[in-house]
Amino acid sequence: MRRYVLRRVAAFVATLFFVSALVFVVVRLLPGDPATLILGVESTPETLARLRHAMGLDRPLALQYVDWLARAVRGDLGTSIQYDLPVGRLILSRLPVTLPLALLAAGMMVAIAVPLGVYAATHHRRIGDYAAMIVSQLGIAVPAFWSGLLLILLFSVRLGWFRSGGFDGWSAGVWAGVKSLLLPAVALGAFQAAVLVRATRSAVLEILREDFVRTARAKGLTETRVIRRHALRNAMIPIVTVMGLQLGQLIAGAIVLESVFALPGLGRLALGAINARDLPVVQGVTLFVAGSIVFINFAVDLAYAALDPRIRYE
Amino acid sequence: MRYRRHVSFALGVAITIVLAGTAALSLVYTPRDPLAMAGASRLEAPSRAHPFGTDHYGRDVLSRVMAGAPTSIAVGVIAVGIGALAGIVLGLVSGWIGGWLDEGAMRLVDAVQGFPAILSALLFSAVFAPGIGISMVAIGIAFVPAFARVTRGAVLELRDREFVVAARALGARDRRLVLRHILPNTMAPLIVQATTSFPVAILAEAALAYLGLGTQPPHPSWGLMLKEAQNFLGMNPWFAVFPGAAIALAVLGLNLLGDGLRDLLDPTTV
Repeated sequence: MRRYVLRRVAAFVATLFFVSALVFVVVRLLPGDPATLILGVESTPETLARLRHAMGLDRPLALQYVDWLARAVRGDLGTSIQYDLPVGRLILSRLPVTLPLALLAAGMMVAIAVPLGVYAATHHRRIGDYAAMIVSQLGIAVPAFWSGLLLILLFSVRLGWFRSGGFDGWSAGVWAGVKSLLLPAVALGAFQAAVLVRATRSAVLEILREDFVRTARAKGLTETRVIRRHALRNAMIPIVTVMGLQLGQLIAGAIVLESVFALPGLGRLALGAINARDLPVVQGVTLFVAGSIVFINFAVDLAYAALDPRIRYE
Repeated sequence: MRYRRHVSFALGVAITIVLAGTAALSLVYTPRDPLAMAGASRLEAPSRAHPFGTDHYGRDVLSRVMAGAPTSIAVGVIAVGIGALAGIVLGLVSGWIGGWLDEGAMRLVDAVQGFPAILSALLFSAVFAPGIGISMVAIGIAFVPAFARVTRGAVLELRDREFVVAARALGARDRRLVLRHILPNTMAPLIVQATTSFPVAILAEAALAYLGLGTQPPHPSWGLMLKEAQNFLGMNPWFAVFPGAAIALAVLGLNLLGDGLRDLLDPTTV
């Protein structure tokens, strides 16, 4: 176990290194350089050279990368051109929107998908199973941002129960905050649930074929007990793996839904930065989100090993 | 079960044919000019003249939905192509050569997994101007890890099989072994991967266009139409319905097709 964990940690660090290198390389593909971007193309060569020197852009690229990485590791992601604030602080200020949205959607996903998947598996090849599979097939086909629009159409434009977007912050109370995030979380969670239902169903189906399930039934346990104590518990291992992979998708999806519902989260921060040509912010957000997704995948790997004692190093 | 499989596969094939047919047709014929504006007939509900209604410039939504189909398909094909090409090369190299190169390549693949299409598109759009090329590349990159893992897995499984060892004993070099003996045998899972990636690409293209990072106006794209429709939800809700339904239908058809193909090509999965 210890060796496995050490190996995973080493792999995680190597992966993070690649993530940072990818972000750095893409930003440096920029025609011209960040100094030109800040000053504009009409700037004189002298001022440009001065700014380049001040920003350290005249040094070797590898050195600049190491320097940038060393500061990023300490949480210094540079300064926003548009807001003149540290990028790290901007990211932290937007997290209270994106994170609860992704978590709320994740909660919906699990609450819908696991019971429905278990139901479909225990009613294999019966009408309930087919119905669940048709619903999930339709759910996977409907893009989350479109169902978001349809939810706005129904619940804000027609019924007027919810606002069509916007977010007043958590200071207005927990319920007010949750209410602003509810529709986007439903749109996002339902889409991801459609994916998870199928994974849950096939995981439970596979376990139900195992000998120990037959034994449990043979010793006279009720079917509910067989499902809860024997089948679902073992099926949780593959289900948790899929859930973990979906968390990354949920973060990406949250970025899109923030736009649909005009929520001031990380995605809106990055999109606004693109229009303002605020490169440090885009770079910082990309690095932060990609790093978080890689971290989630790493955590899932570890959880996998903890859940399943059969898994050790390769 | 068999029968149900047949029905859903047939449905997938039918929807895919309709999608491809619509895309082909739209290149030579649409009921109206998809770009022609008409100030007098803005945001109209569906009618005989405009079966899907009109948009905020009075353009015919049916014609624009039709004209959006080739965009989706083109982005899908090119994005899957990019992902497949890069992923297969990466998978072949790391699976065949192994050792530290394999370890490094797999960490790179793990890192790329951290960049969903939305994230790459955000980064590229800040560096270059947003456009359809960016969505193709960004979506393609997101597919690289899956193709690389599938290829690598297949290579590892085939590497020490008898026919490969025999070919090597006959004096075949690495290049020939990989291209003539290994690669053709990895095709079945790769074709399955490509067909299941295609609908994902269509969803991603729509999302990127909606965010303004992909296809740019006045080019008709389903995602872009939804972005425009959002401003007029109260006035003409139909405008937001048809482009979204087109996306959902296309993705549904392609998913059913992909599931069916997987059953046909890969009998080991249930």
